[in-house]
Amino acid sequence: MTQANVATPAGGSRIVQRVALVGAALLLALAVAALVGARYGLLLLIGLGFGIVLEGLRFGFAGPWRAMIVRREPGGVMAHLLAIGLVAVFAIPLLASHGSELVGARAPVGFAMVGGAFVFGACMQVVMGCGSGTLVNAGSGNPVSLLALPFFALGSFAGSYHLLWWTDLGSLPVIALDGIRGTIITIVALAAVAALVFRLGKPGHRAMPRRYVVAAVLLALLALANLAVAGQPWGVVYGLGLWGAKGATALGADLSGSGFWSAPGNIERIRSSLLTDVTSLTNLGIIAGAFGAAAWKGGLNAPLPKLPARAWIATVIAGFLLGYSSRLAFGCNVGAFFSGISTGSLHGWAWFAAAFAGAYYGIKLRPVLGLEKR
Amino acid sequence: MATRRTTASVTIAALLALVAWDLAASEPPNIYQAPPLLALGSGQAASGAHCSALPSHH
Repeated sequence: MTQANVATPAGGSRIVQRVALVGAALLLALAVAALVGARYGLLLLIGLGFGIVLEGLRFGFAGPWRAMIVRREPGGVMAHLLAIGLVAVFAIPLLASHGSELVGARAPVGFAMVGGAFVFGACMQVVMGCGSGTLVNAGSGNPVSLLALPFFALGSFAGSYHLLWWTDLGSLPVIALDGIRGTIITIVALAAVAALVFRLGKPGHRAMPRRYVVAAVLLALLALANLAVAGQPWGVVYGLGLWGAKGATALGADLSGSGFWSAPGNIERIRSSLLTDVTSLTNLGIIAGAFGAAAWKGGLNAPLPKLPARAWIATVIAGFLLGYSSRLAFGCNVGAFFSGISTGSLHGWAWFAAAFAGAYYGIKLRPVLGLEKR
Repeated sequence: MATRRTTASVTIAALLALVAWDLAASEPPNIYQAPPLLALGSGQAASGAHCSALPSHH
């Protein structure tokens, strides 16, 4: 038997598998569009796009931050700043000109917000997955993220439940950069941070890999599409908390004691289908898109890691803390860092600084918790 | 040897179960009240929920 004869059936089977993946994705989006509404079908497609880009191009947030802190490789962080800048150039002026139709990811800076971002930064290094990363990794079969995800949702629900108590500890008013002036200040600040991380990078390791540039441009396009279609920026953690709130309500929990979950808009979200919730739809799309991209690349054949019991316990705790802290911080790497900065919110910058500091300590915790060799 | 195919399949099965349960338990979506395809240019205020939003309580 020749090599060609061996390769043909496998190649044919792979083509069938890939056609089936694309067909299933389109069918899902069409079904949502037909049953729930065209906007919701489109949002599912945008979510699928996020998942495909992040998994297909092996791009994320936790990994590049680790590369900068441990190996002084700034390429990934510079790609984040590039993507955020590309979105900001369009999003901040659009928010100024279409303020009645679009809202930004704008939240107050406060004690709990900064503390939450610090804890989130540490935990995202412990499980090597941020908000979007946990969804992507669960979709591509990473068992650590699969275990962390339900606890992330529980934590996000609990953090939302207590959110108003935490913000009462002390918060500034919402501060946001607006219009052309705000856009210019944001771009200059992003360029300054990019120049700083480039300078801090190790000589010879400062380049931005081509796949990171492609990923940054595609993520920016998808984030702008999310804003235009949904009227709000890309987010992750509200949707996860909503899944927790729906579960708690189904089990008979009374959420009237929570100022957050008893707010009229959130009561409506709990009553309505997940398929009409913006962040739930993009979250579902991210997981399914990552699954499809991993299957497309043959990445699902990788063996599962063998980890000690303390690593799994640490994953459960870190998963819960990821959800809880991201609610206090008014978002994760997506809702606060990416969408906050790109829509002019000061809290996005505060989140970045606090979470990056937390990431430094999270990296030190990983070997102690058995998630990597000492 | 167990591979990621197993865990990824568990993830997808859990998602499908979540959506099926939610469709059975929630108010059925009404396509006739669905918003326009694009919020931008629709003339309607954004009504979705986001992690950066803080409800007032005072």
